[in-house]
Amino acid sequence: MRDLSLHLLDIVQNSISAGADKIDVKICADKANDRICIEINDNGAGMDESFLKEVLSPFSTSRKTRRVGLGIPLLEAACTRADGGLDITSVRFKGTSVKACFKISHIDRAPLGDVAQTMVNLIMGSPDIDYEMELDNIKESFRFSTAQIRQTLGEVPLVQYEVMMWIKEYIDEGIKNIFGGLLDEIIG
Amino acid sequence: MKSLAELEEIRKKTLEQISLRKGGNGMRVVVGMATCGIAAGARPVMNAFVEELNKRKLNDITVTMTGCIGVCRLEPIVEIFDKDGSKVTYVKMTAEKAARIVAEHIVNGRVCLEYTIGEADK
Repeated sequence: MRDLSLHLLDIVQNSISAGADKIDVKICADKANDRICIEINDNGAGMDESFLKEVLSPFSTSRKTRRVGLGIPLLEAACTRADGGLDITSVRFKGTSVKACFKISHIDRAPLGDVAQTMVNLIMGSPDIDYEMELDNIKESFRFSTAQIRQTLGEVPLVQYEVMMWIKEYIDEGIKNIFGGLLDEIIG
Repeated sequence: MKSLAELEEIRKKTLEQISLRKGGNGMRVVVGMATCGIAAGARPVMNAFVEELNKRKLNDITVTMTGCIGVCRLEPIVEIFDKDGSKVTYVKMTAEKAARIVAEHIVNGRVCLEYTIGEADK
């Protein structure tokens, strides 16, 4: 994976396969402590303890097409490479929470990437899921919620091209306002 | 600043179009978006389909994603379903190939044989 937004796209797919209909994504950058964390909370099927123990192994997967699953191991590698870590908690039938942390200034930290595009792709892929997003830099925060947008739109579907473009630009602005100048990288 | 008021504008504008769009041709474009697909570059491919379809005002064709299709070495993979459910599988996709598939396959109904899975495995 080239950047963090692609990891996000990949990990949220796990939530979708777990049957979640509400997925919260929170990205929090704390410049003072030199840490950026991406947190994904879903209300999907969750994992039992035995699967949770093995979930970091590339050889555990719920898919049927092959015996390996690399999404989580790749994310963990990206975290540890950048002096961070991956934390997964899950309660069967309640949901799962994945928290990936990175040291912002670490030379091996992958760039944030196009988070807005990731959200647009996710919404396009499963428009019936309630996505919530929160961007936070300790001082300020930005929120985005598909439930709210659906309310404004009424009978116009979320997947309408113009709506998608609006969402993309809206989140892009949020990213620039919250993380601009904070992550030692060029955003957008 | 983007505002919700703008969204209201979009709503009004598109409501008129929607009523014109009932009973489309029902084709579906499905992009493989599991770890393997994403790592191989499926996201720009999906975006290319969305943009290209919008350019041609083909608003009744849905673009969605699915998990691992099973042949990770040939990712990014795109499946195109026509209205009676038959499927064409394109492999090793790029944004450029996506534009051509929209023009040839979706608009003109000619399958781009050289990009299909059958050709790749020869």
